[in-house]
Amino acid sequence: MNRSGGAAIVGIGQTEFSKNSGRSELQLAAEASRAALEDASLDPSDVDGMITFTLDSSDEIGLSRCLGVRDLAYATRIPGGGAASVATVAQAMAVVESGLADTVLIWRAMNERSAYRFGQPIVPPGGGLVNIAGAGTGSLLWCMPFGAQTPASWEALAAQHYMATFGVTNRDLGNVSVAQRRHAAANPAAWFYGRPITLEEHQQSRWVVEPVLRLLDCCQESDGGVALVVTSLDRARDLRQPPVRVLAAAQSIPAEVEVISNYYHADLTVMPEAMGTARRIYQRSGLTPGDMQLAMLYDAFTPQVLKQLEGFGFCGRGEAKDFVRDGNIELGGRLPVNTNGGLIGEAYIHGMNNITEAVRQVRGTAVNQVPNVEHALVSCAMAGAILGRA
Amino acid sequence: MSDAPTRPDPVYTADATFFWEGADRGELLCERCSDCARLRHPPRPMCPHCRSTKRETVRLSGRGRVLSWIVPRHPAPIGFAEPPVVVLVALDEGIRLVSNLEGADPAELAIGLPVEATFAPTRGGHAVPVFRRAGHAT
Repeated sequence: MNRSGGAAIVGIGQTEFSKNSGRSELQLAAEASRAALEDASLDPSDVDGMITFTLDSSDEIGLSRCLGVRDLAYATRIPGGGAASVATVAQAMAVVESGLADTVLIWRAMNERSAYRFGQPIVPPGGGLVNIAGAGTGSLLWCMPFGAQTPASWEALAAQHYMATFGVTNRDLGNVSVAQRRHAAANPAAWFYGRPITLEEHQQSRWVVEPVLRLLDCCQESDGGVALVVTSLDRARDLRQPPVRVLAAAQSIPAEVEVISNYYHADLTVMPEAMGTARRIYQRSGLTPGDMQLAMLYDAFTPQVLKQLEGFGFCGRGEAKDFVRDGNIELGGRLPVNTNGGLIGEAYIHGMNNITEAVRQVRGTAVNQVPNVEHALVSCAMAGAILGRA
Repeated sequence: MSDAPTRPDPVYTADATFFWEGADRGELLCERCSDCARLRHPPRPMCPHCRSTKRETVRLSGRGRVLSWIVPRHPAPIGFAEPPVVVLVALDEGIRLVSNLEGADPAELAIGLPVEATFAPTRGGHAVPVFRRAGHAT
């Protein structure tokens, strides 16, 4: 039992990231999980907790049957689409620290490019209009009849107010995409490995949602799986990898905030969920934005990176476009961001591949390694964590 | 070529049916707490201020201002011949609605643009509230 000693990420695993995996989502989940357990030098029979997203199509029993997990003591799922990603780490930490389970496997696997187009509206056989990416949000009820039918359009409608208020142009957003594609270009695991872009190429890509998002402001659609293993810090010290401690992890879902159709909170120029998460993880860790050597910020769309930079206090309100333009988020900059290329450059595994990158950075094994990483912040806005050396 | 409406129908849920039935009658409705009289949108079965489940509907003026606007281009929105202008409107009564701005000159789109409600038909014979620039009603 472990009631106060802390939790650590001890294993990470992933499949290749592609546009057509050629196998089931359950197989992707199983392969990523197997890799994470091997990375941790743990046997599947050590796993007694499992956590994934409510949206994941594989189930705990099916995955247990693949891996040979023998006796689960705890299983749960986190809501909120990609907002579940870092929240799984917060949940795993709580489960391990409470003693409900000792070794927790987290997974997310999707064939969202080859099997279905996650994020695209579909007309079901009975008529009407649905979008699985909008499950659990107000998007379906209040946006679909008006032609805002995709995550890109839901995000853009909120972002446009922020951009107009602070004079952020689509060209400013392009600087985020160019930096991340530069990171991806040096990352062999990235779909866009070897394929950097220029700002002009960004500006020539087609509008997805005018005047906010061009194609190159949007994350990819990807097939792939990612898994993490979390256990107690005590146990972590006996395992193969240097433990990556969860120094703090928290969720924040403030009043009137929605996951992506986020139009009802008082001040649309800020991201209350990021501010709430920031408050909790800084308070619980005793750390400040200046203590972070890098940040992995959920980047389904480029405006989210700007708003998280401000929400987590890396720059002032309305200053993120200049912070990015001045090169601060690049390798060698003040705060390298999304060093694997992020969901834009590496793959969109619903935020989970940004967590594995933070783990590699703390271990010192990333391809785009930032020097002397003591603390890495990883965020999906509605949840966040600070990872660090044990 | 048919002039039949192609706009998607709204999704009816138990707690919001009144809103769409009002739109069918050409009324822009909002839910109001019968106990503390606060307005709320999106609709919900309980008042977050006083926890009352007693509620009534009130007609809104339909006047408001644009808080945010976009034009979804890709994929082409289902049910629209041309990409619509989607707006977030801050209504004078203090609530917000996602809707469309019809008949607008793209050059005049801006935060703060005054708008007023009208109604547009949907594919299945219903109607939804949409907006036009205030003072430019056709």
